[in-house]
Amino acid sequence: MITVDGVQVKLDGEKNLLEVISKAGINLPTFCYLSELSVYGACRMCMVDADGHLVPACSTPPVDGMNIKTNTDRIRKIRRTIIELLLANHDRECTSCERNGSCKLQAIAYQLGIDKVRFPQATMESPVDASSPSIVRNPNKCILCGDCVRMCREVQGMGVLDFQFRGSKAAVGPAFCKPLAEVDCTNCGQCVQVCPTGALSVKNDVPEVWAVLSEPDTFPVIQVAPAVRVALGEAFGLGKGKEVTGKIAAALRRLGFKRVFDTVFSADLTAVEETHELLGRLKDGGPFPLFTSCCPAWVKMLEMHYREYLGNLSSCMSPQQMLGSLIKNCLCEDVSREGKKVVVVSAMPCTAKKFEIRRAQFEESKPVDLVLTTSELARMIKEAGIDFEALEEAEFDEPFGTITGGGLLFGATGGVAEAVLRTAAVMLADEDAMKKIVFDEVRGLEGIREAEVTLAGNKLKVCIVNGLGNARKLLEQIKRGEKHYHVVEVMACPGGCAGGGGQPISQDPCVKKARISKIIGIDSAMKLRLPPENPAVKETYRRWLGEPGSQRAHECLHTWYGPRKRIAGESIAITGDETAKLSKGLKPVDVEVCVGTGCYLKGSYDVLKKLMENVNSNPDLVGRVNLKATFCLEHCDQGVSARINGKIVVGITPENVLEVLGKALKEA
Amino acid sequence: MTKTISNVNELQKLREQYKAAISQAKVRVLVCTGTGCVANGSLRVYEKLAEAARKRGLETSIEVLMKGEKEPLLLSKSGCHGFCQKGPLVRVEVSGTGREGSNTLYIHVKPEDADDIIESIIAGTVVERLLYRDLSTGQVYKSEEEIPFYRLQKRVTLEHCGKIDPEDIRDYIAHGGYSAVSKVLLETTPDEVVDLVSRSGLRGRGGGGFPTGKKWSFAKAAKGSPKYVICNGDEGDPGAFMDRSVMEGDPHRVLEGMIIAGYAIGASHGYVYVRAEYPLAVRRMRKAVDDARSFGLLGDNILGSGFSFDVTIREGAGAFVCGEETALIASIEGKRGMPRPRPPFPANCGVWGKPTVINNVETLANIPSIVLNGADWFRALGTPASGGCKTFALAGQVANTGLVEVPMGTTLRQVIFECGGGIRTGKKFKAAQIGGPSGGCLPESLLDLPLEYDTLTKVGAMVGSGGLVVMDESTCMVEVARFFMNFIQSESCGKCVPCREGTKQLLAILDKIIAGKATMEDLQLLEELALIVKDASLCGLGKTAPNPVLSTLKYFRDEYIAHVVNKRCPAGVCTALKEYYIDETKCRGCTLCARVCPVSAIKGEKGKPHQIDPSKCIKCGTCIQKCRFGAISVRS
Repeated sequence: MITVDGVQVKLDGEKNLLEVISKAGINLPTFCYLSELSVYGACRMCMVDADGHLVPACSTPPVDGMNIKTNTDRIRKIRRTIIELLLANHDRECTSCERNGSCKLQAIAYQLGIDKVRFPQATMESPVDASSPSIVRNPNKCILCGDCVRMCREVQGMGVLDFQFRGSKAAVGPAFCKPLAEVDCTNCGQCVQVCPTGALSVKNDVPEVWAVLSEPDTFPVIQVAPAVRVALGEAFGLGKGKEVTGKIAAALRRLGFKRVFDTVFSADLTAVEETHELLGRLKDGGPFPLFTSCCPAWVKMLEMHYREYLGNLSSCMSPQQMLGSLIKNCLCEDVSREGKKVVVVSAMPCTAKKFEIRRAQFEESKPVDLVLTTSELARMIKEAGIDFEALEEAEFDEPFGTITGGGLLFGATGGVAEAVLRTAAVMLADEDAMKKIVFDEVRGLEGIREAEVTLAGNKLKVCIVNGLGNARKLLEQIKRGEKHYHVVEVMACPGGCAGGGGQPISQDPCVKKARISKIIGIDSAMKLRLPPENPAVKETYRRWLGEPGSQRAHECLHTWYGPRKRIAGESIAITGDETAKLSKGLKPVDVEVCVGTGCYLKGSYDVLKKLMENVNSNPDLVGRVNLKATFCLEHCDQGVSARINGKIVVGITPENVLEVLGKALKEA
Repeated sequence: MTKTISNVNELQKLREQYKAAISQAKVRVLVCTGTGCVANGSLRVYEKLAEAARKRGLETSIEVLMKGEKEPLLLSKSGCHGFCQKGPLVRVEVSGTGREGSNTLYIHVKPEDADDIIESIIAGTVVERLLYRDLSTGQVYKSEEEIPFYRLQKRVTLEHCGKIDPEDIRDYIAHGGYSAVSKVLLETTPDEVVDLVSRSGLRGRGGGGFPTGKKWSFAKAAKGSPKYVICNGDEGDPGAFMDRSVMEGDPHRVLEGMIIAGYAIGASHGYVYVRAEYPLAVRRMRKAVDDARSFGLLGDNILGSGFSFDVTIREGAGAFVCGEETALIASIEGKRGMPRPRPPFPANCGVWGKPTVINNVETLANIPSIVLNGADWFRALGTPASGGCKTFALAGQVANTGLVEVPMGTTLRQVIFECGGGIRTGKKFKAAQIGGPSGGCLPESLLDLPLEYDTLTKVGAMVGSGGLVVMDESTCMVEVARFFMNFIQSESCGKCVPCREGTKQLLAILDKIIAGKATMEDLQLLEELALIVKDASLCGLGKTAPNPVLSTLKYFRDEYIAHVVNKRCPAGVCTALKEYYIDETKCRGCTLCARVCPVSAIKGEKGKPHQIDPSKCIKCGTCIQKCRFGAISVRS
């Protein structure tokens, strides 16, 4: 028993006083306490009086018999002063802030009735980092609660953001103060989800979309991802986990989109293509596991940190890119647009999708032109003054508007795996499984889930991962040979796309669960639940693609991956520029040897050493080589690589390096 | 030269051998090679002494004596004596190991004094001009222990500092080193060790003053393995250097303390965390670890006891906050040095998440003496609530600065006026800032306060690591508070809001006061905010950060009010509050001042008294320097 402001509360295994106090019906304000992250204890907003001692409720374990006071003069004074201190060092341009109305600092300042800040306002001079296609960092709004730092490190296992500097100069930022776009950020956007203020926000593409909509020569088309329909309603106060599919379709038409398509359709198509790939690998004996490739944050993480597994990734584009590709390749050809340019916009729960459309693989084809997150879409609807709640429900457009429950499940963790299993049941003609439809074994919320499913006599070992930290954990186990699977579904965000970085920000810890339950609920109420049985999918193959896995399908729906550098940076000069002057009338050659992790492990230091020995002593080379060490040339899979006079050369060894260099010198 | 000691007999044998070797020499000359004396050129003094001896055909190395040859003198390098102000120091010991009988301390020794010193040793005389002379009484002192600076001291942790070669483990062993380890490992149970330390009344010397025995008993009882011992050598208080002196002057004493702590709690590994700004301490600790390991006093099965313990040296990059235990642990783990909330305490969840005892250098350096002399002896040295002695780093406007190790309970007056020799400037004593940036400023009325943990905390200061800055009446107390606040706010790790933002605003208000721009409202806000930073900060750094402000507000409020209301700095320190004026009766109107004033603040007709426009004056002082008639003065 603990007394909280005179109320008796029974102890029931609560980890800290904060939980006990909330059981007593008191919500203490906090900035740095998030139940899914480690206790940080930095904001000091939850200071309480415990038996006469001032302690932080978040990091104090409850002890039977404690007498807690949460509302004394002293405590109120502390809380108010802390808010004042934060406000004095905060960019208080609230009216033009992305988070105006959803900012925790604003809300708590209002809750505590702060009517005056007694400290002088600091000047806000830190530059805003808008380098990333997904996330904008505004250090002037950062209150250093560390939520993003812990989210990125503890949950996502990346550690892209961390603290820098000391004292009042302390700041949060990427390594070496580089812009976010130049470090190994996966663009998952979970940092945005936990940021209490506008210090981290989603890159705003709304103006670009408005521009497209008002351009007379364009034909704007939009697609809507599965997880958007169970979250958008939150932005309009409709409560958590409410389905608003029909209203979205109606709203998008009102905004001016000429066609409104459903990404669930292409999720069905993805399930078919991916299952075809899986069955092919079963026949060929691998490579296993087949990693799903719908999640661009996961794909980027693999490209940067686990390039040896790139061959395991499914070659399927994500549903977003597949649908964009179909619209641009097939529909445009099919329908005359009177010279109008088709622009594909997508509405996604995801911030990494903004990065995905900019991948080099899509540079020419540009299947999707612009990505809106759920929150941005909500903002557009609000800006247009549309009474969302009052909208009459509408349907998606054909030919990409018919969907099955299988594709819908892509919006939640386990959904891709279940859709693939449903598809495999059909493709392998497992009548029982087709009748059963549901694969309970892959559902759940745990970070890593395993299941074994037998389909028409084929035993399939499946693993479902959500959260990149868990993905890393699993990859290490696979690497050590401790785990073997046929299929591994990975979604970077905890809960899958339902918990995506672009979803409406909520302080309610149950919101993800509500969205996921809704997705599962919609599926269970649907008549069409098996992706291959989607008539629109069948029609698509009939009209444009032929068979699953056909050459045309590959051209339209598949992609490739490559090693990716984690951090951008200048090469480091090994021999000073002055050594390589114009010697013997010959031009010097720039040789940059990669010393990134991949090449380092393959012996790039030995190559560099050999070169260093020679450029200083070999009479043919002295004064002719600008030797530099560089980080990652993105050819990690092909042995030690170097850039010689701007050209990448791979497969270098200490034995052949002089020969390679000799050739380059001759060419120069 | 290296050999393994595998049991207590071999340890004893080595001790006797080395003692015998030392006594082969009639005289031992120890040149201080602590950081202070090295900076003053003591290495050159050492070289010159060796050269002078060689010129006279004398061998001076211990290795020669170890062969059983007799030589008139042994020349060694020693650690810090704590009297760095008078360095380079040279100590000359005559006859027998221990040589309590007779010694001479030479101060401010220069390389060119080497010949005289060697000659005097041969002749059996003393070089008078190099002896310490008390400035006020004129009395000359020959032996170190008679000098007033040392007379009141009771050296426990500094026992060997200045008296042995810190880089020779055999010297330490010859002086009784590692006998505490052998006693503990071979004759005592871990429980008995914990009990002994508890009964001794030893409390953490790093600042908090937490009972060491209690800390050990928590870690001993904690579940989890392996366990660790950490020696906190991240001494960060400006002006405090007692830990550095011990690490530089007697590194094996620290290791001995760690081994005993490890044995007591069941740890097999230890870390010494030393700041990289102490390169000499890092080097000597590292050498001590290597030597102890090769002598078998670290590593597996120490002295055949079955107990194994090893030590790793970790260098800190110089963040003040890394002296805080949880930040230090994070730093050892390779993370950013930031404190985390406690509980869990390191005793249960320390380095690598394992039970860890983390003790300050001085704390650990007390352990061997407690083991050898007993808990009662140690407790009797100090007061009932704080056993033993404490080293203070005496600095500021005091005649003798340096390290003084005095029994707990010694009064501030004794330390300042007896060890310290009073105020150097001859001015009036004003305040003693004790405990570094976390401590407080105490006024004259508290001079008879016994120095111990609880009494100091009660008056708003703290023992801290033992920094003791003496200030005379020419010191502005607001400026002192500002100085420490500036230090703290730039050394805050930036984690918790009260410390990061609060100290910044405290500093801003202090700046405002010093600039003469503050109101009484600001003063009220200063006090209110200081109390909130104290109450709400996450770690000890933040919780104690306002102490300099709060203690000066408590004891020197008048000075704050003078700054705020009268726009005056009573000590005449704060530039912005100074006013330059021309005495009309003395000014001859020569116009020189007007011509040299860089901002044209001085006006006046030739031959007539000039005036200074205070709104333009930047208080640079050029006019005062140039005036040939002494007509310009400053008032504040």
